[in-house]
Amino acid sequence: MSTQPRLVEVRKNVLKQNDIVARELRQRFHDAGVFVVSLVSSPGSGKTAFLEKTLTLLRPDFRVAALVGDLATENDAARLARSGAPVRQITTGTLCHLEAAMIRDALTDWAMEPLDFLFVENVGNLVCPSSYDLGENLRLVLLSVTEGEDKPLKYPTIFNTADIAVLTKMDLAEAVEFDIAAAERNIQRVRPGMTVLRVSTRKGEGMSDWLTYLYSLKKS
Amino acid sequence: MAEEESANRGHAHVNAVYLKLGPLAGVVKEALLSSWELACEGAGLTGARLVVEEVPILVYCPRCGESRPLPSMQWFACPECGQPVSEVLQGRELQVTALEIQE
Repeated sequence: MSTQPRLVEVRKNVLKQNDIVARELRQRFHDAGVFVVSLVSSPGSGKTAFLEKTLTLLRPDFRVAALVGDLATENDAARLARSGAPVRQITTGTLCHLEAAMIRDALTDWAMEPLDFLFVENVGNLVCPSSYDLGENLRLVLLSVTEGEDKPLKYPTIFNTADIAVLTKMDLAEAVEFDIAAAERNIQRVRPGMTVLRVSTRKGEGMSDWLTYLYSLKKS
Repeated sequence: MAEEESANRGHAHVNAVYLKLGPLAGVVKEALLSSWELACEGAGLTGARLVVEEVPILVYCPRCGESRPLPSMQWFACPECGQPVSEVLQGRELQVTALEIQE
């Protein structure tokens, strides 16, 4: 028996499953007292270098760990492990972003309670990671001076969903004629009020501003 | 999701899936449509249509005290008074709103 087709209201988010897992993760992080920072950027903007430096500087005083996502290779995990912090690689295969379930699976046998900070380095990509909540407390977007000032306008969604922006490779800014004011203006256009820090991982400049910012969030 | 709803209704045939899509969802309509057929086959929804409703970004302007449509994703400012805005009321949707089913 065939009847007239009818419309059934549903109202369900397509990424509902990811949102549920992200919420569980956020609760788990909260209960364990660990502050979670995720890092997003295009490939090659200096996420791993910035994170390695951050881990190294935090290590004497805090208990830190990192998860790092890549399509392939464990190179980044090996680089981050030089800091002495526990590090795990998540290899996504062909997937261009991390999802909450991957974080959950990578952490199943990992006790969160002894940690102060957990860092999650996403796959280098300015598009898809913006759609996936990972349960993090802070989403940090990096923009290197070699990429150009207009990246925020080209990828407004990722900048709009981030909490803080870090301009990296500042020691190269002059050589590549990077217009810092224009970059900061563009960031403010797509995410008004966002904190923007300037960092040179190689020279160590700006790292203390970043750590001061991080401490203030952890305390609050 | 559509598969689940169909199963809940005695495996009713799904004619169409209605989806609300915001510019800030990070998903392109064309990409959704091109992958749709393939996804349907894997989910027992062969032949179902995907109807995408694109919704504009709505922001709240604290100065005007009003919700305003945002004409450009490249500029989060009130289109009326120019005040920078950060509160997004609508525009992140990637939501199945309805199914057209035939029982």
